[in-house]
Amino acid sequence: MRKLQSITNKLAPVLAIAAVLLIWLSVTESKVMPAYMLPSPVDVCKALVSDFGTLMEHAAVTLTEAFAGLGIGILLSFVIATLMDRFNFLYKALYPLMVITQTIPTVAIAPLLVLWMGFDMAPKITLVVITTFFPITVSLLDGYRSADPDAIALLRSMGAGKFQIFRYIKFPSSIGHFFSGLRVSASYSVVGAVIAEWLGGFEGLGVYMTRVRKAYAFDKMFAVIIFIIVVSLLLMLLVSVIRKLSMPWERKGENKR
Amino acid sequence: MLEDISVSLRKGEIVSLLGVSGAGKTTLFNVISGLYTPEAGRVILNGEDVTGKPGRISYMLQKDLLLPYRTVVDNVALPLIIKGTPKQEARARAGELFARFGLEGTQKKYPHQLSGGMRQRAALLRTYLASDGVALLDEPFSALDTITKGAMHEWYLGIMDQIDLSTIFITHDMDEAVKLSDRIYILSGSPGRITDEIVVDAPRPRPHDFDLTPEFLAYKRRIAQSLIL
Repeated sequence: MRKLQSITNKLAPVLAIAAVLLIWLSVTESKVMPAYMLPSPVDVCKALVSDFGTLMEHAAVTLTEAFAGLGIGILLSFVIATLMDRFNFLYKALYPLMVITQTIPTVAIAPLLVLWMGFDMAPKITLVVITTFFPITVSLLDGYRSADPDAIALLRSMGAGKFQIFRYIKFPSSIGHFFSGLRVSASYSVVGAVIAEWLGGFEGLGVYMTRVRKAYAFDKMFAVIIFIIVVSLLLMLLVSVIRKLSMPWERKGENKR
Repeated sequence: MLEDISVSLRKGEIVSLLGVSGAGKTTLFNVISGLYTPEAGRVILNGEDVTGKPGRISYMLQKDLLLPYRTVVDNVALPLIIKGTPKQEARARAGELFARFGLEGTQKKYPHQLSGGMRQRAALLRTYLASDGVALLDEPFSALDTITKGAMHEWYLGIMDQIDLSTIFITHDMDEAVKLSDRIYILSGSPGRITDEIVVDAPRPRPHDFDLTPEFLAYKRRIAQSLIL
């Protein structure tokens, strides 16, 4: 029974994706939508294969920006979240500010960043930092606050200081939350880098996307989109793998519970 | 919360604090363990004033509070690590006691892989390693089912004869209090006061059927009367 259920669980999304592809194919094959407006999935696949080398070259640039931004974002989140958790007045002062930065549309600030920082990687990395910083900081703060107050009392009764309580209770309690935030941020990081590239630059998936759009090569544009989707999914998968590796206690004897 | 409380504990003794919920038992423990500094009064350990100084008298809370992300041995060794013992040495010292506490083979497991009774024993071992000889136990067996609880009582009295630990126990279970204690303090009223002290004059180790003897019943009656007053 259970095995059957797990097959249906996996089958459902596959069928849904197949259905979307089928509708897409029938719309283009029946010429309901002309090929210059909506390319057929077959053409997109062909474009994906023929452009693969170019896509990989541009992806290397985009991913460099995404990883650099994500790395700085993580580092910054740790510092800010830890300080906010430690000093309540910082929490009160910074939290609303952080929420406000989240409501600023990325597309609106990207050109400003280009204006301020030029056409190199700097404005792109900055935009990725801005988009990834918030989810990670919030999840870390939630994680620190999820620490069991009784466990903190226990450690205090052992004579533990603030740093030891952080190290043995608060930090480990936040790891699960951190990875949930990182999963979201990992996909944001690629999208953030691409958006920043739209507005100026010489290389990267966003630059390439703008180029093929201006050439009305929509099959190539769809190929870039699909490529970005796959890269984002792979990044999320990578985060899940790192999460499993760094939280061994969640794996051992799961079935016993 | 509390007024005019005087509680004493001699070396190797097991003393119970018995009282209804809300009488301030847990507050008293927070004071003795040094987590709270009282408005008045002192906590003296071997002639030294330890009022408001945590880390000297160990405290075991109701929940086992084993940290889910640390292996059992790392949980148990945590008080030693906090006091500055190097990790390997702390693990080794904790590991030596695993067999005596009935925890063989669990060192590298995670707490959720252990049964309720085993988790409680691991928590007690951690409490023992955290102490300078005095431990406070806040209803340590209350979350266990009756059968496991009975077995844990037997085991607890057995281990207490082997290790050097004096304990104060919070409970609201009369049977548990009489079975385990050398002396019982009755705490009642608001603000809470000690209203009675009962000496259970039955030498340890006590017979297995101690809780079926008329003596045992007489102690229980005495406590019941005290609690009603």
